[in-house]
Amino acid sequence: MSKIKILTNGIIKENPIFVLLLGMCPTLGTTSSAINGLGMGLATTFVLVCSNMAISALKNLIPDQVRIPGYIVVIATFVTVVQMCMEAFVPALYASLGLFIPLIVVNCIVLGRAEAFAAKNGIISSSFDGLGMGLGFSFALTLLGTVRELLGTGKFFGFSIMPEEYGSLIFVLAPGAFIVLGFLIAIVNKLRKV
Amino acid sequence: MEKLKSSLPNMLLSLTIICMSAGAILAGVNKVTSEPIALSKAAALEKAIKEVTPEFDNNPIKDAYKAVTSDGDSLLIYPANKDGKQVGVAVDSNTKMGFGGEIKVIVGFDAEGTLINYSVLQHAETPGLGSKMQEWFRTDKNNQNILGKSLTNGNLTVSKDGGDVDAITASTITSRAFLNAINRAYSAYKGTDSRTGATDSTTGATVVDTEQKGGDNE
Repeated sequence: MSKIKILTNGIIKENPIFVLLLGMCPTLGTTSSAINGLGMGLATTFVLVCSNMAISALKNLIPDQVRIPGYIVVIATFVTVVQMCMEAFVPALYASLGLFIPLIVVNCIVLGRAEAFAAKNGIISSSFDGLGMGLGFSFALTLLGTVRELLGTGKFFGFSIMPEEYGSLIFVLAPGAFIVLGFLIAIVNKLRKV
Repeated sequence: MEKLKSSLPNMLLSLTIICMSAGAILAGVNKVTSEPIALSKAAALEKAIKEVTPEFDNNPIKDAYKAVTSDGDSLLIYPANKDGKQVGVAVDSNTKMGFGGEIKVIVGFDAEGTLINYSVLQHAETPGLGSKMQEWFRTDKNNQNILGKSLTNGNLTVSKDGGDVDAITASTITSRAFLNAINRAYSAYKGTDSRTGATDSTTGATVVDTEQKGGDNE
């Protein structure tokens, strides 16, 4: 597989949200606004790339029977690094996402890619896979956040587009997340088949 | 390189090395980030205090003291003094009644007990609903605005509970919690006020003074 193919694989063909349906908890929880979705997506992308590279480099040093604890420690380390850096340098984003950052550790995309890709492929390929998957995840979260924000509050990335009274509160709440996600998955599946 | 076999020494060694290097990395990052984190927290607090109190010339964070609320909890109070006189306070208040857990809000009063301003420091309320509280209670519309209200005549309550403050649309629980935090802040502030009146610092000093003098004479 060429590097480009690995990259686009995560964004379109095996998009973690729309196709693999992995990592639903942070997806539904953080996408109440587009900027939150984007922030969460980029934080996860960073963790995915770093953990994929580290695990690919360490794959022969970790015996099979303890690979899961080994991977989890590696992933948790990167997540904590992201959390500390975010709190230190972008406190505003940390204030709105703080609760969900530690949850990246248990996001099944990260462990799933470590197990399915990084443990079998070289460092460069693994970093591309992590980047592709992360961008696919960010794209899906941003799209979901944009739609929910627009329908719920009439804003687009924080800018008012239509009066707030036209927004429907349900899209900001959890049920709206499920509804929008369902429609987006249907649309993406339709487009993929064409 | 061959993949390591899953023998006990291999597994132990591998996990130990991974954990040790993870610990080392985290210690390093913590060292780098702990100062900016502390700085940004202090800056946020200082900005919030400035926002909610009248102009002051002391250092409220250094002069902060704890005060007991009417429900037995204690809150941190940052006094704002000008020319040696207390012109107002900022109370670091909180409530656990929020829809999404704890709400932390800093509330400013002037010397007469009038609410000057507030600033929400931390909350986990529903975005788009309860999270509006930062703006809602300072907007001049119907009975939303609580700035400039005096709490000397009793607690603030939402109109649904017979009070005269309009709750956030579809977020009565958050509104109740928010006003609870404000009321707690006031009770802490007033509680200390009466207490400092009882043990007035000047009289306290005089008592000590005479005792010392007496000691000297003997």
